[in-house]
Amino acid sequence: MLSAQGFGGPGKMKEYHYAGAVENRFSPYAFNGGTVLAVAGEDFAIVASDTRLSEGYSIHSRDSPKCYKLTDTTVIGCSGFHGDCLTLTKIIDARLKMYKHSNNKTMTSGAIAAMLSTILYSRRFFPYYVYNIIGGLDEEGKGAVYSFDPVGSYQRDTYKAGGSASAMLQPLLDNQIGFKNMEGVQHLPLTQEKAVQLVKDVFISAAERDVYTGDALRVCVITKDGINEQTIPLRKD
Amino acid sequence: MALVEVSGLKPFSETSGQIFGTRQTHLVDRTNHYSFGSSVREFAVPVGEEPSGFLTSCNKEGGVNIEMNHGTTTLAFKFRHGVIVAVDSRASAGRYLASNDVNKVIEINPYLLGTMSGSAADCQYWERLLAKECRLYRLRNNHRISVAAASKLLCNMMLGYKGMGLSVGSMICGWDKEGPGLYYVDENGNRLSGRMFSTGCGNSYAYGVVDSGYREDMTVEEAYELGRRGIAHATHRDAYSGGVVNMYHMKEDGWIKVCKEDVSELIHRYREGMF
Repeated sequence: MLSAQGFGGPGKMKEYHYAGAVENRFSPYAFNGGTVLAVAGEDFAIVASDTRLSEGYSIHSRDSPKCYKLTDTTVIGCSGFHGDCLTLTKIIDARLKMYKHSNNKTMTSGAIAAMLSTILYSRRFFPYYVYNIIGGLDEEGKGAVYSFDPVGSYQRDTYKAGGSASAMLQPLLDNQIGFKNMEGVQHLPLTQEKAVQLVKDVFISAAERDVYTGDALRVCVITKDGINEQTIPLRKD
Repeated sequence: MALVEVSGLKPFSETSGQIFGTRQTHLVDRTNHYSFGSSVREFAVPVGEEPSGFLTSCNKEGGVNIEMNHGTTTLAFKFRHGVIVAVDSRASAGRYLASNDVNKVIEINPYLLGTMSGSAADCQYWERLLAKECRLYRLRNNHRISVAAASKLLCNMMLGYKGMGLSVGSMICGWDKEGPGLYYVDENGNRLSGRMFSTGCGNSYAYGVVDSGYREDMTVEEAYELGRRGIAHATHRDAYSGGVVNMYHMKEDGWIKVCKEDVSELIHRYREGMF
């Protein structure tokens, strides 16, 4: 996409006024919006994303989910620049196949997270503009969530939101799942039904206030019995 | 052969290439993702652009906003009974708080610890690489690597990428044949041995606290309290530090993890004495 400095919006030129020398350059990145969320429970994990693909003031697609299934026990959510998301997931798929062929076993969630960290860091000086969150089951069957920054720093969490509405969702999750800023409340463990309902409610709130989030919600629930996907409609405006 | 690669022996063709000056690391526009395990490290760089200024130019007004995790206070000091290492646990990405419970100490082996401050990804990557090199050293030479050598390895890694915009402020702490060791290594290739260091954006506050309470002959409990206070007061005044205090004590027979305490509770406890 051409850098937006000379343009006042689609089809319009900015009003002329002397602003000094302006450098218009090609930017290799674009921001395609989207929000991703992952929650880890005792024996399940949930990865959810909205399905809107936008750029600037336009919506390219209302049906572009950001969760990608990697193995039977791992799902990755990628938001940011869609081009980099696609390439990154292709590279991860290829590396998963190579691992399977050389080691005769599927990669575990922790191993995928460590590998993704080095893949992202190999582009330290020209990063993939992707915010990743991996959700899955670890070797003991417990839910695991790994969150990343664009250059590969990562850690294991219980819950994490990433993408355009992450700053709105994360405090809500801190309160409801982490019981932060609540006094005298019993810390009940999170059940699968309650977690799925919470994810739906949280995305409905995000769609209300973030322009880049909406259209539909794709929820992937990962349990030892496999990955179950549901699609729930959200606001289309 | 796998064994040849692990033991680091190079066939003559590769060594002659090095003698004639080819670089150990390649900078290409696209990394080869399928050569994992190779000894040559490849990093992609933007074509025709200077790497350290590239992201700032992308982040300009109207462009995208790529933020990486940053910010810390860490401190370490030597005293009669070993080395105390204390770190906070906050990671910020621009103005957003990415996480309040990051682990900023890497446990390289039971006798070596590394702390991380600056860019989270840089520290995690290079110190994991350092841990791998320390393990290989142990396997090849049948004795543990010294703290001086480990810090020198990290320092040389940093010098290889000097000027490219890495941000690493690390302290390598350990106990080897020379006794307790503490080295400070940063992205400019500075490597200093010393009795006390503090790194990160909250370091000035931590220095103030630790300098005023430090005595070489402190008891172990006094040293723990000093480390805790240093980090707690730094997080109180520095916006980019916070979370919990993770504290380790490096002793002659290895390190132990002393505590993991929330700073707001610590400040509450100290409040009686503060006003």
